[in-house]
Amino acid sequence: MPSTHQDSTILTRRTGLTLLAPTFAFIGLFLLFPFVWVVAISFTDRTLLGAAAADPQFIGLDNFRQLFDFDSWMRSGEFGRSLVLTVYFVIASLIGQVFLGLGIALAFHRRKGFLRETIFTLVTLAWILPEAAIAFTWTSFLDPNGTLNTALGAVGLTRPDWLLDAPMASIVMFNVWRGTAFSMLLFSAALGNVRPSYLETADVLGANAWQRFRDVLLPMIKAQLATALILVTLWTFNVFTPFLLTQGGPAFQTDIMAIHTYRIAFRYFEFGQGSAIAVIVMLINFVLAGVYLFALKRGEGAR
Amino acid sequence: MNARMAKWFGALAVLSFAAAPVFAQGSLSVICRCVEGGVNAEMVQWLKDDVFPAFEAHKAEQGETVTLELVEFGGSDEALQQQYALDLSVGTGPDVLAFDGFWTPDFVEAGYIQPLDQVAGDVVWAWDGWDHISEGLRELIGFQGEVYGLGTGTDVRMIFYRKDLLEEAGLEVPWQPESWEELLADARQVRDALDIAPLQLNAGTAMGEATTMQGWFMALLGTGVHMYDFDEGVWIGEHPGILQALELYDTVYNEEGLGDERMQLVSQGRDQSFGSFRDGETAMLVEGDWFWRSVMAPGSEWEPAAGRDEVVGWAKMPAVEPGAGYAGHDFVSISGGTGFALNPNTADGELAWELLSFMFSYDMQMAYQEIQPRIRIRDDVPVTGDPEMSRMAEELLAVSTVRPQLPAYARISEAAQRMTERVVSGEMSPQEAMEAYADTLESIVGADNVVRAD
Repeated sequence: MPSTHQDSTILTRRTGLTLLAPTFAFIGLFLLFPFVWVVAISFTDRTLLGAAAADPQFIGLDNFRQLFDFDSWMRSGEFGRSLVLTVYFVIASLIGQVFLGLGIALAFHRRKGFLRETIFTLVTLAWILPEAAIAFTWTSFLDPNGTLNTALGAVGLTRPDWLLDAPMASIVMFNVWRGTAFSMLLFSAALGNVRPSYLETADVLGANAWQRFRDVLLPMIKAQLATALILVTLWTFNVFTPFLLTQGGPAFQTDIMAIHTYRIAFRYFEFGQGSAIAVIVMLINFVLAGVYLFALKRGEGAR
Repeated sequence: MNARMAKWFGALAVLSFAAAPVFAQGSLSVICRCVEGGVNAEMVQWLKDDVFPAFEAHKAEQGETVTLELVEFGGSDEALQQQYALDLSVGTGPDVLAFDGFWTPDFVEAGYIQPLDQVAGDVVWAWDGWDHISEGLRELIGFQGEVYGLGTGTDVRMIFYRKDLLEEAGLEVPWQPESWEELLADARQVRDALDIAPLQLNAGTAMGEATTMQGWFMALLGTGVHMYDFDEGVWIGEHPGILQALELYDTVYNEEGLGDERMQLVSQGRDQSFGSFRDGETAMLVEGDWFWRSVMAPGSEWEPAAGRDEVVGWAKMPAVEPGAGYAGHDFVSISGGTGFALNPNTADGELAWELLSFMFSYDMQMAYQEIQPRIRIRDDVPVTGDPEMSRMAEELLAVSTVRPQLPAYARISEAAQRMTERVVSGEMSPQEAMEAYADTLESIVGADNVVRAD
């Protein structure tokens, strides 16, 4: 489809494609090929150890059938249970991160000073510190005789054995701590774009804090709220770091999807089964990403 | 990137360094789950202080320069197995691998390891050491009649107890329960007198094979049944014995608070059980002789402050009642074996075998006995310097049995760990847990190879 434009471009179509070729090659090699490979393996009984490692067989949909074997899939350590746990984990983390992030952003909206800088720095630090290091910190924080319980004991509260009695709550707490920064920064930036005159008008009209939030701020940050909800869901769904705290235990109570997949594929070396799980996870991620893109498009359209 | 991955990359970096092209006359690397001053520190000491210098000198006499390197792996047994599987599947890894015998079938079937004589040639059978290794012990790192490595030795399992705590609770020392009933009654007495959860019988997936060997088998064998029916060649999925063993767990951890379930469920639980025993919060711990000779070795991290030989005793694990144990025994034990295998990807198989056989020469094995007395593979190497260790060998090898050396074992072992976990955590009743176990077995080996109740 020749156009007058093309003649005036610096590069011919061919040169452009040539220059893009390495990119396509890399995408193909590191994204498309593994993708196709995982899908292919999910139809085999391939393992890393044992006879199926030397001679994997095509077994059709058996791996998927086993995942969705409704007699046993809700038992501890099985796929269905893991899905349910992941949903708990995602929803609880989402509520925690978004509310806390929004709360901090609102509390320091149009304020400056030492306290704001300190809090923002600390929350952001939690987000960017290396995972191996924070895992150690959190393990001792949650220990029966750790920092958290010492603090609780000092004010006369009970001292639960967090990782044994409330493992899911522990990893949610951890994940909220870890991820709140994203929502906080996003909302803080969004609130910064709200014109002061809007808020002043609201003040003149005698709006209280809640009305100000509901009628002025919330509409202005709706797009960011949707972004935060979907992105945090997507990330939390795939997050692996809680493994460093609980390794999916005790008794598989924190066997969330990423940990489940890791365990099947790399502890039991069931590559076929593990790939089948990965394929399902990919489908779920596609849906989530689709929702995100759709929301983004709609947000743009509305603007 | 998580901590474990970071560790692998570190290990990989070391390994690739170790496996670098051989420019000198010869160079070999050995890997073990051993760390200087840490886990299996005795093995490091033996290899670095005894074997390596002696072998290098020995080769120097023949006019050859050999450089040896030890790769100290600090992760868990499971992580090491994972490391090997990944290394061997892409044709790399150190030349001599510390190896757990029960890994053999899986690695052989995957085509990752090869019999000694295929790696090194017929020179293997010319070794004079074979005269001192019985047929049975050659199978420690073997599968279907082929030998893939040499076993460091075999082991036995028992109940370790704290003499001081038992005496304090009014029990007689030396202590030896004759039945489960007696074991539980004595545990209750300690619990009530000292207000501790005195008994630990390993459970759960977090402890890995330690649960199967030190926990599940020790309970199951006491009921007279094994995981596998060796005559019929089938796995036992449902059996009154399985139920009885699970009920023992239920009694200990749920009904009577005789054991602390925390250690069975959290990661690092096994180390916690060591610490708890050292600190006098656990009075009876079912463990292997490794716990005695390595974990609690005099001067080590886990030795009780008052000294291992002073306050630690051991008792044989009783069957439900005298005579009710596996093969009609009064007491039960299970034996495994670890050792060293050769990496078929080694640049010089003959040299690797030379080192391996040198490690298992009489002189080197005697040197190892001085560092850590235990049951060795060679019949001309006695247990020296540790009368307790000698007594364990004498009294327990006779009643001990072994795991089925079959490729499905590793996965079935994991299913058994999960079964104990489901009972200890209270998720399932013993009956439900057993049924779930039998279902898992069927999905692993097929319904034809599993015995169910009816």
